[in-house]
Amino acid sequence: MTAGVAGLSVVDLREVALGLGDDCLVLSHRLAEWTTHAPELEEEMALANLALDLLGQARSLLTLAGEADGRDEDQLAYWRDDRDFRNLLLLEQPNGDFAVTMTRQVLFSTFQELLYRGMAAGTEPRLAAIAAKGVMEARYHVEHARLWVQRLGRGTEESHRRMGQALDLLWPYTQELFKPTESWSRAADQGAVPPLSSIEEPWRHSIESLMVDSGLEIPGFPAWQSGGRLGRHSEHLGHLLAEMQHLHRSHPNASW
Amino acid sequence: MPAGEELARRLAAEVPDPELPFLTLGDLGILRRVEVNLEGGVRVVLTPTYSGCPALHHMADEVRRTLLAAGFPAVQVDTELSPAWSTDRLGPHAREKLEAMDIAPPPPVDKAPVALTLKCPHCGSLRTGELSHFGATACKSLWRCQACGEPFEHFKALR
Ligand SMILES: [Zn+2]
Repeated sequence: MTAGVAGLSVVDLREVALGLGDDCLVLSHRLAEWTTHAPELEEEMALANLALDLLGQARSLLTLAGEADGRDEDQLAYWRDDRDFRNLLLLEQPNGDFAVTMTRQVLFSTFQELLYRGMAAGTEPRLAAIAAKGVMEARYHVEHARLWVQRLGRGTEESHRRMGQALDLLWPYTQELFKPTESWSRAADQGAVPPLSSIEEPWRHSIESLMVDSGLEIPGFPAWQSGGRLGRHSEHLGHLLAEMQHLHRSHPNASW
Repeated sequence: MPAGEELARRLAAEVPDPELPFLTLGDLGILRRVEVNLEGGVRVVLTPTYSGCPALHHMADEVRRTLLAAGFPAVQVDTELSPAWSTDRLGPHAREKLEAMDIAPPPPVDKAPVALTLKCPHCGSLRTGELSHFGATACKSLWRCQACGEPFEHFKALR
């Protein structure tokens, strides 16, 4: 095993970048599904902007992940099957209604901002560069999603009810955010990425105070779901990939 | 400095942004380096404004086309993320050009990054508010003036 920069092995760098890149790619695709379906024009543009930021981050991360075995971003995005994807299960969950989409966003973007903040100060220069750029974007995603969660939570009886349902639906996927893979733990030991335990507390504090502000209650003892980082996905990812990869696989050298 | 480096730098800096064509790569502050080797080949380094900026590829193509047309034998355009671009990198003329196009520029470097209020580019009123943080392109947000009722765009701060 070759040692990378800062003592991080090539394999661990690849696994870390792949997980984070797949998070961005899968959520970007989900957000893009809202295009032409958003509740208002301004929100349509906002969701497309979020999707674009995440797609840009995905491209940088997957390019880095592919360096180890000579695969480019497109090969990684379009020619892997679901069991080779390393994204969090939270992000492949269907959009549902707007409450589900915004709850998913706030749970993830809050996590991503904290993670990028740590990684931007980390010892692996390429991961740090991607994170330093991404953290500026994640901050705005968090602000946007928090406003919606508050507005819907404190809105009508119906919007409040739907927000409660969304939180119940997605909360079981949040424990996985803080379960490190072996590669992550080694990368954290090298100072390349923050230990996930170090961002769990600030994440919890941020989410709990938001939910209190929004009049929403975090579910008590859900049946935790995990496995995405190890390639064990729900059927939803298969359907998402079928749509995302169809064109590229049918016309491998298409360009327009 | 090898011959032609100054020319290559000037030509690259003058390439317009396809989304805001009155701004150049030099105005935006996204042109990092221009190097000319002994054979006359040029290497240009750009940095994106936003991670997913869809205009970056177009700008790279345009730089390549412009320099080849000017007679440089080979042109390579690379991108570099670090240090991350921020709106503090906008060139001295960028703010004036944005204002001339009725787009409210980001606050100056020494001011708070997030504007609480902006001057309406139509009537000058300060009674304005943000409609949406995300506008028609990644770098802009959408505002409305309560005095004249007109919407306007803001080249939002990124830091
Ligand atoms: Zn006005």
